[in-house]
Amino acid sequence: MDKYIPIPTVYPEKIFEIGGFVVTNSLISSWIVVSFLILIAFLIRKKFNIVPKGLQNFFEVIIEQILNFTEGMFGSRKAAEKYLPFIATIFLFVLVSNWSGLLPGVGPIGIYEEHGGHTVLVPFLRAPSSDLNFTLALAIITVLSVNVFGIAAIGFFKHAGKFLSFKSPIAFFVGILELISEVARMVSFSFRLFGNIFAGEVMLVIAAYFVPYLLPVPLLALETFVGLIQASVFAILAAVFISIAISHHGEHTEGGHV
Amino acid sequence: MELEGIKSIAAAIAIALGALGPAIGIGLLVSKALEAIGRNPEAASKIQTNMILGVAFVEAIAIYALVVALIIKFA
Repeated sequence: MDKYIPIPTVYPEKIFEIGGFVVTNSLISSWIVVSFLILIAFLIRKKFNIVPKGLQNFFEVIIEQILNFTEGMFGSRKAAEKYLPFIATIFLFVLVSNWSGLLPGVGPIGIYEEHGGHTVLVPFLRAPSSDLNFTLALAIITVLSVNVFGIAAIGFFKHAGKFLSFKSPIAFFVGILELISEVARMVSFSFRLFGNIFAGEVMLVIAAYFVPYLLPVPLLALETFVGLIQASVFAILAAVFISIAISHHGEHTEGGHV
Repeated sequence: MELEGIKSIAAAIAIALGALGPAIGIGLLVSKALEAIGRNPEAASKIQTNMILGVAFVEAIAIYALVVALIIKFA
């Protein structure tokens, strides 16, 4: 079979350059996602009712669910409301990014270019979370924010004391392990999201060329579900790590209950 | 054998073996969680939350294997 199948590449493709800054197709896609979310936010604000209906009602349901869930995790409504902007932003941004890769046109529409001897298809748009740069940036921001929240909540020395404690040799060793596990969290956050969405993209393209019109349908349903799950896993893990960071050392965090 | 062929085989073996352990691990996790929910339906959401957390950690190991497979194949 000599037919060319445009399987998505691991790295995002460059669309144009602005004075040395490379703009890739996933970057353009993420700009569109961001403007879409900001647009919805402004639309809801403009027609703000005390008794919500329509679009505002829909988002109030989502926010209420997130608040109830994180309230069970943090223990107090106040703490849930304090960290809600961060957690809900991560959830909505990752969710819309994941789902934007399933829209018709994202992926197939592009131009053919010559790369190293053979023609490849360079798509104009691509799911932002299928780009390792995007997921890695989100993961680094999340891990840094968790630590900043921890410092802000319980003070610098108590937070640093979790990683660098001289109480006993075992505690010191555990502290070093905690430090390493922070880096491992960055890697696992980014690669979990990247792996799921990128593998889904590759699977959809191959399915479309294997049994056209029929096979992609159940796979699209699966990918919708996976996008939702991965967004919630990212947000839930961020919430769990925040609740661990803001708890005093040795205290048990509340088990999650809605 | 040519390098490209060996790279493909190596990537395939990496992800195949690397996904085996986490799959069994997740199966064990979820089965115990379902058993616990069956015994104590009131604590269902607490159990479910902790189960999702555990599954995310186990799945990360499978993702590490996927990363190695991708690196072998593409770098």
